[in-house]
Amino acid sequence: MEGSRLLKDRATEGLSHMHSVGAIAVVVIKELYRRKDFYVLFVLTALITLLMASMSFFNDRQVVRYLKEICLLLIWISSLVIAMVTSARQIPAERESRTIFPLLAKPVTRGQVLLGKFFGCWAATGLALVVFYLFFGVIALSRETEWMLAGYFQAWWLHWWMLGVVIAMVLWGSLVFAAPSSNVTILLVIVVGILLLGRHLGKVAARLSEPMQTIVYVVYYGMPHLEFFDVRDLLTHQWGAIPWWACGLATVYALIYTALFLTGAWWSFQRTNLGER
Amino acid sequence: MGTAWLSMVLGGVICFSLATVYDPWHQNRTPTTSHDPSMMEVILGESRRLFANHFYVKADVYFHSGLYPSIFDEAASEEDHHLEHTAADDGLRDARHEHDEHDAEHGFPGKAPDDWIYRFGTHFKPSRHLHLDKPSEARELLPWLELAAELDPHRIETYTVAAYWLRSRLQKNDEAVAFLREGWRVNPDSYEILFELGLVYWQGKGDAFRARNVWELALRKWRLRNPTGGEDRYNEKILLHLAKLEEEAEHWDQSLQYYQELKASSPHPEVIQKLIDEIQARRQRKILN
Repeated sequence: MEGSRLLKDRATEGLSHMHSVGAIAVVVIKELYRRKDFYVLFVLTALITLLMASMSFFNDRQVVRYLKEICLLLIWISSLVIAMVTSARQIPAERESRTIFPLLAKPVTRGQVLLGKFFGCWAATGLALVVFYLFFGVIALSRETEWMLAGYFQAWWLHWWMLGVVIAMVLWGSLVFAAPSSNVTILLVIVVGILLLGRHLGKVAARLSEPMQTIVYVVYYGMPHLEFFDVRDLLTHQWGAIPWWACGLATVYALIYTALFLTGAWWSFQRTNLGER
Repeated sequence: MGTAWLSMVLGGVICFSLATVYDPWHQNRTPTTSHDPSMMEVILGESRRLFANHFYVKADVYFHSGLYPSIFDEAASEEDHHLEHTAADDGLRDARHEHDEHDAEHGFPGKAPDDWIYRFGTHFKPSRHLHLDKPSEARELLPWLELAAELDPHRIETYTVAAYWLRSRLQKNDEAVAFLREGWRVNPDSYEILFELGLVYWQGKGDAFRARNVWELALRKWRLRNPTGGEDRYNEKILLHLAKLEEEAEHWDQSLQYYQELKASSPHPEVIQKLIDEIQARRQRKILN
């Protein structure tokens, strides 16, 4: 009897925590669609893609791969900008306007605030990604006869999880770096660096001499390999869907890094004196 | 204070006046270029060649369906572009066979490290060496080649490679001719472009008369540029095609003359001699009939 009441209390408490996290997340989602970032980037992506689509090469209107490549590149740039800029300003803005104090007095714990901010940013970028990928699908379908639905879904899914890792990184960065601008700049360089060089770092390390080899190997094995989630080449060159088990493993990989970065962010948040600017 | 301001204004007026005199003098003194610079040339300057090279390589990446060695891979050097081999050696060598040899030689797409991250990452990138085999897929290379030609109109391979795909896979002979003529206008001394133009006329449009004229011009241009013999062996390609063209038209003497010239410069004169013997036998048979 006592045990079941304890369990019931725990469940109620858990639901209450979830409710707090959900409420904060909803505010973040509303903030994204009130701001102009997404609309501007979407219109720019659409305009450039349509401009490229209007070009004719050797009187052939069936050429599609260059268009898919350009459209996907623009989607990746836009989504990274949206995710990083949105998440970088969450906690600094709350501190700047001092709304963090009434929020923590609800009572809501710092961990719940952090989780709410994370889920809000992640869900908002996920929604933005759905719009981007729908546009991409329409563009591809206008010239392709074969529609790789599974491939498109996997691309969206992996892209979304990659953004989850990035958002968690940026949230932690917003508690470590002095200003949102420096946070975004530093992490953008890191993220782009990982995307471009991540998979080659092992080859670089193999050619180095000690102690540089060990250092580069530590970086190689320790960093989040965001390039796993970049399947643009597979979509562009119509390679078909990835094995589902690989997609699942990549999801678990992203989940682990997201949890690690969020834990780091929570640890930093716990030690931050919120009154100090 | 007033004097200082007036001096500055006076200095400005002197500079302006000198500029109005110096600029027309400089324009007259400097020889004008033979062509008006395009928008790309004005905006990008010489850096456009870098972009042109990038787009040309991009076409090669598309040819390999996205699988391409990175700068980190121990890969083929720039002059080993597979696309170039396939296009330039058409009719003389089996490009596919050569491609396979090349792969084995260079370990395309690079020696893969034996770690789980690299192995797992191969599921998310093109990992098998494929080519655009379907004829209609060849069109996917064309945007990059056209952009490369736009950015660097003096890169000859861009024209010859694009014309190869237009002619052999897409049967867009008129487009190939227009593109090659554009390349020829910008590079009037290029025998490579003329050779490819001849191929489009002969193999694509069945116009032996124009093909002959273009190849003869190509041969003259090759001789002008290589008075002591060249290393690119383009003369052999031109002579072989001219000989085949004359053989098809049953102009035996002309054909034999080209084969004799080819024999003199070929590294395999015995092979050419066999061809000469065949032609002579065919001529005999024709006379007897």
